[in-house]
Amino acid sequence: MSAPTEVEVGRAIGARVERKEDQKLLQGQAEWVDNMHVPGMVYLGIVRSPYAHARITKVDVTPALAHADVVGAWSGADIADEWQGSLPCAWLPTEDTNAPEHKPVAVDKARYAGDAVAVIAATSRGAAEDAAELVEVEYEPLPVVVDPEAALADGAPLVHEEFGTNRCYTWTLEEGEIDRLFAEADVTVSERYRQNRLIPNAIEPRAVFVTAIPANGEFTLWSTTQVPHIARVTLSGVTGIPEAKLRVIAPDVGGGFGSKLNVYAEEALALAVARMLGRPVKWTETRSEGYLSTIHGRDQVQEIELAATSEGKILAVRTKLTASMGAYLQLVTPGIPLLGAWLYAGCYDVQGYSFECTGVFTNTVPTDAYRGAGRPEATYAIERAVDALARKLGMDPVEIRRLNFIREFPAAIKAGLTIDSGDYDASLDVALEQAGYESVRAEQRARRTAGDPKRLGIGLSTYVEMCGLAPSNILGAIRYSGGGWEAATIRCLPTGTVQVLTGSTPHGQGHETSWSQIVSDRLGYEIDEVEVLHGDTAVVPLGMDTYGSRSLAVGGVALYYAADRIAEKGKKIAAHLMEVDEAQVDHVRGTFHGPETSITLKEVAFAAWTAHNLPDGVQPGLEETYVYDPPNFSWPAGAHVAIVEVDTETGAVELLRYIAVDDVGTIVNPIIVEGQIHGGLAQGVAQALYEEAIYDEDGNLLTGNMVSYLVPSAAEFPRWELHHTETPSPTNPMGVKGVGETGAIASPPAVMNAIVDALAEDGITDLDMPATPERVWRALEEARR
Amino acid sequence: MRTVSLTVNDVPHEFELDPRELLVYVLRERLGLTGTVVGCDTSSCGACTVLLDGESVKSCTVLGVQADGHEITTIEGLAESGALHPLQESFHEHHALQCGYCTSGMVLAAVSLLAENPSPSEDEIRHALEGNICRCTGYQNIVDAIGAVAQ
Repeated sequence: MSAPTEVEVGRAIGARVERKEDQKLLQGQAEWVDNMHVPGMVYLGIVRSPYAHARITKVDVTPALAHADVVGAWSGADIADEWQGSLPCAWLPTEDTNAPEHKPVAVDKARYAGDAVAVIAATSRGAAEDAAELVEVEYEPLPVVVDPEAALADGAPLVHEEFGTNRCYTWTLEEGEIDRLFAEADVTVSERYRQNRLIPNAIEPRAVFVTAIPANGEFTLWSTTQVPHIARVTLSGVTGIPEAKLRVIAPDVGGGFGSKLNVYAEEALALAVARMLGRPVKWTETRSEGYLSTIHGRDQVQEIELAATSEGKILAVRTKLTASMGAYLQLVTPGIPLLGAWLYAGCYDVQGYSFECTGVFTNTVPTDAYRGAGRPEATYAIERAVDALARKLGMDPVEIRRLNFIREFPAAIKAGLTIDSGDYDASLDVALEQAGYESVRAEQRARRTAGDPKRLGIGLSTYVEMCGLAPSNILGAIRYSGGGWEAATIRCLPTGTVQVLTGSTPHGQGHETSWSQIVSDRLGYEIDEVEVLHGDTAVVPLGMDTYGSRSLAVGGVALYYAADRIAEKGKKIAAHLMEVDEAQVDHVRGTFHGPETSITLKEVAFAAWTAHNLPDGVQPGLEETYVYDPPNFSWPAGAHVAIVEVDTETGAVELLRYIAVDDVGTIVNPIIVEGQIHGGLAQGVAQALYEEAIYDEDGNLLTGNMVSYLVPSAAEFPRWELHHTETPSPTNPMGVKGVGETGAIASPPAVMNAIVDALAEDGITDLDMPATPERVWRALEEARR
Repeated sequence: MRTVSLTVNDVPHEFELDPRELLVYVLRERLGLTGTVVGCDTSSCGACTVLLDGESVKSCTVLGVQADGHEITTIEGLAESGALHPLQESFHEHHALQCGYCTSGMVLAAVSLLAENPSPSEDEIRHALEGNICRCTGYQNIVDAIGAVAQ
């Protein structure tokens, strides 16, 4: 890693600024939700169904109430009056989407193993756990369905009987003459892939803490959430606490990856119990409990077909998804597969595009956003299918990609959106050069010739994704309930420091540093003179929070424009103080230059505060807010190369090298960008090689803790080799694009394409994730027969 | 209840402990040392790592009563005379933390590693960290941060 750059004031964008966030985290001074501890506090214990599907015939909490340290115990029926509405689902993609009632505690039926059936409040953590075991629940087990395709079959057990089907919705998108293009194609490929169910595993378990001022009806919820603003709006609806009386705080949050982009039963429960008891309430999940109560990701069956000419030009793409929703709809469950709906042709120019997704209820933990959310799935399908087409035509994977790349930007893609900018050849050139593509191919041939049981494979993933969620009007058009804007406020304090209020809610992404760089760059403050406030609805009332690689591309741009407004007002005051015409004043990074003298922004901020001598019509103080609604999504792209060695005797796959070339537009802080890509790559490679949440046919989660679900350690990964190309986004003045999800989006197909590349001559082209030694070995055994 | 004597970050303490009380909760809830955190319940993630007589242990799988008579070092006790430990500095310089939740445990595991093996290879560092999970960084900068101190 190169040394940090000395930051010149006013030249901070692009500098390798060391993070401001680190000191407290390195010294054990972070404010985690579970740190909260106040007199009178009670702990929640939650009784969860051990059955994936069962009628609840009796819940008797009286044995728990007899425990000396228990102050309350409630069944789902006991607590039902606390709810004004269901837990929120903000995205019902079609008018006829089946949206079940979803109460924080189940009443008549448990629909997945982990569904809450009763809740305890006790004066200690241990007593809450003990008392939860004393609750007597009688269940009448029902038939179970865990597989999304099986759930659509006639006679499948119904997760929600009232709908008469397990189908949640079917959403379609079709452009171009699909049938004709397929009928006239020289060649077609038809592939079927399985998106393994994943458990996000933010290292901080979820926790909630609530304090109440009962006399005023005021509640403060501390939550391990990515979305305090969304939580405030929606929990008000669930509990009936007026939005204005509810404050939500996300203090330091230990990772999210989408799992904390949600509004959970336990948040509503803690509010309800605090309201009933008038006492502070805390709940912290154990990891194993989290595996049963925090959303999972992926879990889709993908069928993709390509129509192409004999030269390898792709004419049309047809995709059909069957996506498991799990047992209920969480905040954005149905919309997750649709975030990939426009990307199944990847970065390739096609004439026809057809996409259909059916969401399906199963007796499993609900699925929802996990890093990439819909876009890793799309990228995986098209990148593997393009390789399948290349194999069928005897073409090199590089050659077929070059033949089909989109090259004119902005690019109105067949699926219906417009890619802002890109240069896919440039990224691929760098990736191939860095990988030494031809020499790897030569070694691969040499090993085959020599009969080496350790095969070499090289896999490509040339991806484009859409993030920076999102233009509000488009979100509305696809029936998402919220907006996609973001707010930023800059408050220039009279003594020379500055506060930034951001509606983005970081949980590891380093906003305090990057946002300081933007303010330093635009307004001339030292990095350390900028204080970034976030994650508290009382401090930052306007916000849409952090997910979908939106923080910089939306929240950062809002900050950029807020700085413009500061400069605009500052210029009026500066001109007045210098007694010159405003048109004669130039603002350059925190200094207002008049014809003869100049005055700093800090001096202006002081003058704005004393308000002794302001121009007519200018209000005292120097504080500006900008709410930015992006005109387009953000479209990062790139080329990744994985080089693997597959031992045909054991099935073991070793990832020898991983080269990532990403174009994320203008980079504000290279250190942070590299860190985001490293982390995304680790999660994507983990999907390809290690991770899978497995249910048995009775709906028991077999991978129910960190021992049986393999979250990889440092020993499982190679060094990441990162490179960049840069095509600034024309849709925002900084030219930035999103970066948080690129690694997780691009890497699974690169790794799987490399494995298939290694084994295709052994007859293996159909291989699902994760490519564990057992799965690879079994495929080889099958092929040898 | 049992009487237990512990020295934590050079300060002696005496507690009446419930035999089932885990060391991590003694540190967090009785002493307010919330830099030690819990990440799992299977001794897999290492977020709760502390030093017990200088060696790394997972404080979620040590009972408070088992620590009787021992010396514990937590992340709060690592800096000396106001100066950060070289590993803390190196983690900062190498951007070896993002959300920071695994960081206390990761730094203490690294302290323990370097005490045993002052100049580990990259491969040795990666294997020594097998019991500490980070979900943010992809590990590379953590490995580099430790390697820089080891050299």
